[in-house]
Amino acid sequence: MTVLLAPKLALARGAGALSRLRGGGATSLPGKLLVRMEPHAISALAARLRFGCTLISATNGKTTTAALAASVLERGGVSLVHNQAGANMAGGIASTLLAASRTRGRIDGELGLFEVDELWLDRLLAELRPRAVLLGNLFRDQLDRYGELDTIAERWSRALATPVGARVRLLCNADDPLVADLGRERGALYFGVEDDSLTLSRMAHAADAKHCRRCGSPYTFDAVYLGHLGHYRCDSCGQARPSPAVFATDVRLQGVRAARFRLHTPAGQAEVALALPGLYNVYNALAAAALCTALDVPLEQIVEGLRDTAAAFGRAETVTVAGRPAQILLIKNPAGANEVLRTLALEGGEHELLGVLNDRTADGHDVSWIWDADFELLAGRVRRAVCSGTRAAELALRLKYAGVEPGRIELVEDLPRALDIAAGGEREQPLYVLPTYTAMLALRELLVRRGEATSSWR
Amino acid sequence: MTPSPSLRVCALYPDLMNIYADRGNLLVFERRCAWRGIGFELSASSLGDSLDGAAHDLYYIGGGQDRDQILCAEDLHEHKHLALHEAASRGAVVLGVCGGYQLLGGSYVLEGDTLAGVELLPLHTVREPAPRLTGNLAIEVLLDGSPRVLAGFENHGGRTHLDAGCEPLGRVLKGHGNDGRSGYEGARAGNVIGTYLHGPLLPKNAWFADWLIATALGVDHSELAPLDDSFERAAHESARRAAGLPAA
Repeated sequence: MTVLLAPKLALARGAGALSRLRGGGATSLPGKLLVRMEPHAISALAARLRFGCTLISATNGKTTTAALAASVLERGGVSLVHNQAGANMAGGIASTLLAASRTRGRIDGELGLFEVDELWLDRLLAELRPRAVLLGNLFRDQLDRYGELDTIAERWSRALATPVGARVRLLCNADDPLVADLGRERGALYFGVEDDSLTLSRMAHAADAKHCRRCGSPYTFDAVYLGHLGHYRCDSCGQARPSPAVFATDVRLQGVRAARFRLHTPAGQAEVALALPGLYNVYNALAAAALCTALDVPLEQIVEGLRDTAAAFGRAETVTVAGRPAQILLIKNPAGANEVLRTLALEGGEHELLGVLNDRTADGHDVSWIWDADFELLAGRVRRAVCSGTRAAELALRLKYAGVEPGRIELVEDLPRALDIAAGGEREQPLYVLPTYTAMLALRELLVRRGEATSSWR
Repeated sequence: MTPSPSLRVCALYPDLMNIYADRGNLLVFERRCAWRGIGFELSASSLGDSLDGAAHDLYYIGGGQDRDQILCAEDLHEHKHLALHEAASRGAVVLGVCGGYQLLGGSYVLEGDTLAGVELLPLHTVREPAPRLTGNLAIEVLLDGSPRVLAGFENHGGRTHLDAGCEPLGRVLKGHGNDGRSGYEGARAGNVIGTYLHGPLLPKNAWFADWLIATALGVDHSELAPLDDSFERAAHESARRAAGLPAA
C-alpha cells in the first residue's frame, strides 16, 4: 500500500495547492480527495507518528482544549501534527496528515494531536488507533445533524468497546454524567471542578443528561457548575460522580479576559493563570492538563503551557474593528452561548453587541437553539445590539423576548454594513461580537481583507 | 366580552419535553399577554404529578429524546389521560409539538415498542428505519377560513398517519410534514392541535400565537390589542425564505 500511496499523496497535495491559488481555504479538500483515492490513507500516515496520536472530542471546547494541550506539549519539545484550523472530520485530519507527510514514508512530526467531530470519533478512532482519547462534554447541539445526546453517547460507548477502543487511555470529564459513565470500569483518568463557590442556584433550562444513563432515574445534583456539569449521584442505582485525579479548586473568573485556579494533579498542585475567560475555559484547561498528565508531562510544564495559550480566533480573541477594540466570542449551541453570556455578565456596565446568526450547514440549519440560550442574562445590560447574518431577524426577536428594549436592537442582515454600524458606537468601549461558526469565518475574512486581522490558517 | 383576567398555561413535562427550545413558545405566550395587560400564569406538571383538567386554558407539550418520550407516554397514560380529555372537551387549547404531537395520537410504534397515546387526535405514528425528516418546513393552514402560512423547522423520525376523518393542521408548501408523502402536516380536532413545526414555532408565527391566546381565552382574535410586530414579521419572512417560499 505504501508504494502506491506516494503518487496519491502528491496528487492530493497538488489539488490542495490549486484550490488555494483560487483563493479557497482548502483545509479539508486535499484530505477528502486523498481518502477517496486511498480509503485507509489516514491509518497509513498516522502509523508514521513515532509517539502515536491523541484525540479530543466534545461538543464544546475541542479547538481550545487542543490549543492548550499543544502549547504544553510543544514547550516540552514534542513536534506535533495538529489540526489546529479546526477541520475535524476525516477530510480535515487527512489534510493535516498529508501536509506533514514527507517522502520515503516519513512524516514531519512525532505526536498527532487531533480534535475530532463527535460523529466522526468512532470511524477516526479505528483509523488513527490513538494512545489516548479525551472526552470533554456532551451538550445539545445542532440536533438536525447530531441527533440526540443519548445517540452520540451510545456511538462513543460502542467505539470504546472495540478492540482498538478498549486499548486507549481514556480521559473523561467527571462532572458530565453522560461522559463520565463511559469511563467507568476501565480505569479512566477523570478531571473536574471542586469549588462550591461556583455552584449555580438552579440548573440552566437547556441542561441535558439529568437522568441516569444506567437506570433512568433522575440524578440528585449537589452542585451544578455549567449546564448539566456538576456533582451528581443516582439515588436509585448508586452511580455517582467519579472523583477526579486532575481537578481545580479556588476558581477565580476575571471577566471576559482571564481566569485563575488551583490545579491539582497526582504530581502535586500549582496556581494556574489562564489568559482565557470563563468557567468553560477552566474546564478546557483541566482537560488539557489531564491529557498532558496522562502523557507524563511534568506539572510545571503544564502550568506554563496553559498560561502561555492565547485565545484562538473567535474564542475570546480581541481584534480591532475600525480602531475600536472588539472581542469575538463564538456562540454555536445553548451551553456554549450560556457560558459566553454568563462571562459577559461578569463585566460591569452596559454592553454593545454585534450578534451574527447564520443557518448554514456548519452552523446547523435549525436556529431554534437560540431560544434555549439564556440571553435574559444580558437583558437590561444592553446599550445597543446590532443583529446580522442569514437569520438576523430571529436573533433580534430572541433579544426582544429576552427583555432587551426593541429600540436598542438594530436589524442589519448584511454583515459588512452591520460591522460598520456596530463599530461606530462608543469608541472607548469594547464591542462584543457573538457570531455562529460560519459567521465567525466570514467575519474573519472581512477583517483580514480590511487589514485588521491576520490570516493564520496554515 | 372582556378577556378573562389571565391566560393560565400548563406546561407538561417542561423538564423533559423541551428538546427544541420549547420554552420559546411559552415565553411568547407570557410576553404577548404582558404587553397587552393580560395576566399570565404558568404551571408545570411532570412525571408523577397529577393534572387538573379544569384549571388551565392552554396545555402545552413539547418534544423530547426517545428515552424521555417513553417515560412521558407511560406517565400521561397513568396520571393525565382523563384530565386532558376533560380539558379538551371544555374547549381548552391543547398544543402538542413534535414528540408531544406524537403522544396526542392513538399510538407511537418505536423500534418494536408501542407507546399508547392520549387519543385526543385520531392518528398513529410509526418510527421508520428510513432517515429522519429534517429541514425547514412551511405549511398553509385554514384556521379562520382564510389561508395563512406557518413556517419553521421539523426534525422527526416518526411518520404520522392520520386516520380517516382526521383533519390535518395544514397542507405542506415546503418540507416533509406528517410522513413525507401525504402532503399534510399536523392535525387538529377542535382546539387540540398537533404539529411537527418544532420548538420556537410561535415567535416567528406571532399571528398563530395570538390565535392560540384568543382561542384559549375564549375571545375573538380582533379583541386582542395590536402589538408592534416588526421583528416578528421579519423573522417570519426569514423563516419563509429559509423554507424556500417567496416573500409574502
